[in-house]
Amino acid sequence: MAKKIGPLDIYNYLPKTNCGECGEKTCMAFASQLIERAVKLEDCPALKQPNFVRSYNNLKEMLAPSVKEVIVGVGDKSVKIGGEEIVFRHELTYFNKTAIALDVHDEMNDEELLARVRYVNDFCFKRIGEELTLDLVAIRSTSKDPDRFAQCVSKVLCESKKPLILCSWSPSVLEAGLKVVGHERPMIYAATKDTWEEVGRLAVKYNCPVVAFADGDMAELKSVVKALESLGIEDIVLDPGSHVEGKYLANTFGNFVASRRAAIWNKDIGYPLLGVPAIAWLSGEGAFKEAIIAAIMIDKYADLIILHTPEIWALLPVITLRQNIYTDPRKPVAVEAGLRKFGNPDENSPVLMTTNFALTYYTVASDIESAGVECYLLVIDTEGLGVEASVAGGKLDAFKANEAIKNSGIEKEVKHRKIIIPGFSSRISGDLEIQSGWVVFVGPRDSSGIKEFIEKKWVGLA
Amino acid sequence: MTNALDLTELIKMLGKVEEIELENIDVIAGELGLILPTISAIKRESVKKAEYRDLNFEIPLANFTGEVLEVELGATKANGGTRENVIKVGGERTMPFYNFEALNPNEPVIAFDVFDTKIHLAGPVRKHFEDVLEDPAEWAKRCVDKYGADMVTIHLISTDPVIKDTSAREAAKTVENVLQAVKVPIMIGGSGNPEKDPEVLEKAAEAAAGERCVINSASMSLDYKRIAKACVDYGHVVLSWTSLDINDQKTLNKYLMDAGIKKEDMIMDPTTAALGYGLEYSFSIMERIKLAGLKGDKDLQMPIASGTTNAWGAREAWMENPEWGDREKRGPLWEAITALTLCLAGSDLFMMMNPTAMQLFRDIIKCLCGFKETESLDIKNWIGMR
Ligand code: B12
Ligand code: SF4
Repeated sequence: MAKKIGPLDIYNYLPKTNCGECGEKTCMAFASQLIERAVKLEDCPALKQPNFVRSYNNLKEMLAPSVKEVIVGVGDKSVKIGGEEIVFRHELTYFNKTAIALDVHDEMNDEELLARVRYVNDFCFKRIGEELTLDLVAIRSTSKDPDRFAQCVSKVLCESKKPLILCSWSPSVLEAGLKVVGHERPMIYAATKDTWEEVGRLAVKYNCPVVAFADGDMAELKSVVKALESLGIEDIVLDPGSHVEGKYLANTFGNFVASRRAAIWNKDIGYPLLGVPAIAWLSGEGAFKEAIIAAIMIDKYADLIILHTPEIWALLPVITLRQNIYTDPRKPVAVEAGLRKFGNPDENSPVLMTTNFALTYYTVASDIESAGVECYLLVIDTEGLGVEASVAGGKLDAFKANEAIKNSGIEKEVKHRKIIIPGFSSRISGDLEIQSGWVVFVGPRDSSGIKEFIEKKWVGLA
Repeated sequence: MTNALDLTELIKMLGKVEEIELENIDVIAGELGLILPTISAIKRESVKKAEYRDLNFEIPLANFTGEVLEVELGATKANGGTRENVIKVGGERTMPFYNFEALNPNEPVIAFDVFDTKIHLAGPVRKHFEDVLEDPAEWAKRCVDKYGADMVTIHLISTDPVIKDTSAREAAKTVENVLQAVKVPIMIGGSGNPEKDPEVLEKAAEAAAGERCVINSASMSLDYKRIAKACVDYGHVVLSWTSLDINDQKTLNKYLMDAGIKKEDMIMDPTTAALGYGLEYSFSIMERIKLAGLKGDKDLQMPIASGTTNAWGAREAWMENPEWGDREKRGPLWEAITALTLCLAGSDLFMMMNPTAMQLFRDIIKCLCGFKETESLDIKNWIGMR
């Protein structure tokens, strides 16, 4: 197992002056931040001086992620995959979330094709303050005809706001596609034991990332990768084959795990992994199976997956899972505390309270918005904990809530003194009334009940 | 210097050719020292031909020194019970489905939830049990006979003073009825009321004496010693329940052992947060617990259980919303992905509710265990799919 690099290893190459220009107090602190990828080498001005070139280069190499970071596409139309450093997310964090591609093929009629491309462009789900999107379009050549493929690629290129993956087993078909879109760094799928040289030369010519494929055979996959490397190619992605059935699925799962371990423990073929849940459709099974395979791959190590279904009921759980697994375990996702306004509230509008856990805040905010309620929302700093957990853990009590009321300026905004608190925080209501002098109403347990509560209770009270 | 040549230019030139003769070029000694290693590096690089060689791939193996305990659930006649089969849970030697490293002995187990009183259930769940919601014995039968659950959990929620305040004695009767209705091992759950649960679970344990049920649960928030004692006295397995804190889990496990529970008579429930609602916390805590056990931490080597049913608390699972697509499919998938993800993290026993979710989950774990024979598919055909 390769030795894990510690702050001390890094520190040895730093200027050791503790000048503080990087924003950290000491070089040692900077070293730990480098490992966490919270800062960049370039943040230390001294390292950019000529006398530190060698240290800089050494550090660059030491800090290069075990799984290479590969960029597909260019500029705004690009996505970063790989760049991972650990096998279990609690060891640090996973960095680049699994990119998701939706497929089209070159025998689709224009209408269907463009509709699918636009669907990928416009797909956007707001969840906990984050926009969950689809990231690429994969174009398969079902016709096996280079001209037809080139035409399809150019149609997709005109319409797509996302980077592309060109899929064919035929180098001449791939080349036809690359002639159209080669300047935008699409990903080439795929080079095999038989086609590595031709496909590899295309990757060199157009300077594009290329997928190495071997069906279930890791030794063959490694051989293809090394052959591609021998052409001078640096941006490679691994496809160990995505089986979706029986013991073959078990084998695929094992290969994904083994690849990631090899990259991180042995520095062996350290490249991002690609999975193809769309293969579920090949065996006649549909979106259910595809979503389940996608879930396995997101949980264990795929950096990019290609999906076939546009069904939202199947995609929603998959993108939600990706959001969960790729949140940073080092910090709870929190929003800024303070007073928020929804709509144009006036001096008679209701005042509500919640916590600054991102999931809580955005759930409540979206409920208020979709209900069209005009109100004030007082967001309390509970160090990123939700209502139930913060009440149970002592991060939300009457004292804190009272302070928030007094410091927020809400007493100048409204002339009444009534506040609605979440149902789960009912136990602070009595103390809060005494401390703040406000009348406290215990609202429903789920914020989806806010509208009804306000209509039935607030209107009557106000 | 006769031919003044920019060194970097020279290096670039050298890079483009395989061999070069240095003619008519004087290089001063200092520069030579700089340039020579570069030249040789370039030459080595350019000599290396593009080629394909058959290489070996070494699968990196972890060296786990510990093992998860295997816990037996249910007791047959031979062992003083009336169950038709015994279920073994846990016993892992490596992370789930890392078959290249070791074959774990037992498949994940699925237990269906049954409640002792009519409760509000999400639409996609309710429709399967509509006609048996008021008859826990029939409900349990449905789960096992029709849907193939490995186990059932009878949740005695009506004992909660704010629900129906059913007496412990009456609740114990329900347990007896369920034990008669189904022949699989069962779990017995309280109402979650910390004052009432010890009494309810004691009576239930007594009524099920000798059956090796799982008693759900002992936690820090109630008199866990009473629960432990009931398990020891009547021969049951205890569920040690904490909320998303690995140290709490370790502590409670130890307390329960101090109270007389043998380590083979315990299962851990570190709490399941649903997909979209903190699943990542459960995922990482289960992974940490499983790894700790495999690395030899004796206090964390019990099998893990997941209250996967919590998935139905997520509004994306139950709510009708045209923007989210068909709820009848979305809901079960929500539950199945919650189960699957926690299964990969190390959970062994799954409390579930929806038959479709269970089917999806079970089918996939059978595949992942590596036992399921199928024909191999030529996956390269996916590109040509129409
Ligand atoms: C994830 C989780 C955690 C995470 C915290 C994640 C976070 N950043 O908040 C972690 C692991 C850190 C955690 C820790 C603890 N947890 Co915890 N945790 C949970 C879990 C699984 C989910 C909570 C959640 O995120 N819910 C989703 C959010 C959106 O819900 P919410 O904030 O309550 O918001 C909803 C409502 O309150 C309401 N609402 C919100 N604002 C408003 C405003 C108005 C006006 C209205 C009307 C409504 C409203 O609508 C929202 C949407 O439904 C629950 C179990 C469960 N319920 O599934 C336990 C749970 C909340 N935790 C619990 C406990 C005991 C703890 C700990 C004290 C235990 C410990 N291990 O030490 C600690 C405390 C933390 C601390 N250090 O102080 C208990 C609380 C029991 C109780 N009611 O007293 C629970 C219920 C688990 C249990 N059954 O034991 N926890
Ligand atoms: S800027 Fe560089 S030299 Fe100065 S403290 Fe930071 S790391 Fe050290």
